[in-house]
Amino acid sequence: MTGPKIIFFILATAIVVFSILSIFSRRILRAAIYLLFVLVALAGLYYMMNFQFLAAVQLMLYAGGIVVLIIFSILLTSQIDSKLEAPKGSHILSGAITAMAGIGLAVTTLLNFKFNTSPEAAIGTDMRTIGRQLMDTGAHGYALPFEVISILLLAALVGSIYIARKSRT
Amino acid sequence: MNLQAEIPLDYMIVLGTIVFFVGLMGVLIRRNLITMLMGIELMLNAVNINFVAFNHYLFPNRLEGHFFALIVMAIAAAEAAIAIALIINIYRQFNTVSVDDVDELKY
Repeated sequence: MTGPKIIFFILATAIVVFSILSIFSRRILRAAIYLLFVLVALAGLYYMMNFQFLAAVQLMLYAGGIVVLIIFSILLTSQIDSKLEAPKGSHILSGAITAMAGIGLAVTTLLNFKFNTSPEAAIGTDMRTIGRQLMDTGAHGYALPFEVISILLLAALVGSIYIARKSRT
Repeated sequence: MNLQAEIPLDYMIVLGTIVFFVGLMGVLIRRNLITMLMGIELMLNAVNINFVAFNHYLFPNRLEGHFFALIVMAIAAAEAAIAIALIINIYRQFNTVSVDDVDELKY
C-alpha cells in the first residue's frame, strides 16, 4: 500500500459510508451534515487528480453554498428535533433491488469495456490554462458555455426569487 | 504524481457508480422533498466523479471533463436554488414537505 492508494481508500470509504448514512439517517439535519462530508471528501478526490481549481469550486459552491441552502430550508420547514418517519420496508426493498441491479449492470458493462488512453502529451491544470480555455473562442475554447451558464444562473436566481416571495393577495 | 500507476481507472468508475445508485435509492425510498433533493445532489456528484476521472485518465491532453464538471456544478447550484424556492412555497401552501401529502395540482 502506497501513500496515494491509502488516501484514495480513505476518501472512497468516507464517500460511500457517508452517502449511505445520508440517505438512511432519520434526523434530517444529520443527513445534511453527512452530505457535507461526502462533498468535502469529493473535493479531496479532485485534489488528488490534480484539479485544484475544481476542488476549490467544489468546496465553495457545494460545501459553502448548497449545503447551507439545504440547512436553511430544513430549518424553515421542520422542527429541529423531529425525526423523519422510517421508510417503508417495501420501499427499502424495491430501492435496494434497483440500486443493486443498477450497480451490477453498470459495473460489469464498464469493467468489460477497453478504455484507450489518449497518446498525446498531458497539459497542465493550472489556473492560467483553465482561465485561457474558459475565455477562448477558438478550438478547445469554452467561451460560449460560460456565457450560457451565466445567463442560466441569472434566470434561475430571478425565477427563484419570484417563486419564493410572499404573494401580496 | 503518477496516479495512473497507483489507482486504476476502474476504482474511480466503481466509486462513481456506487454513489450514483445510492443517490437514486435515496430518491426512491425517501418521502421528504429535501432528502430527495439531497439524493439528486449525490447523483450529480457521482456523474462529476466520472467526468473528472475520464478527463484525468483518458484525455489528459484536454480539459473537457473538467469544464463539463464545472458546468454541472453551476447547473446543480441553479437547480438547488429553484428547488428550495419551490419547497418553501409548497411548505407555505400545504404546511408539509412530504410528497405523499402534496397531491393537489390546483390549490
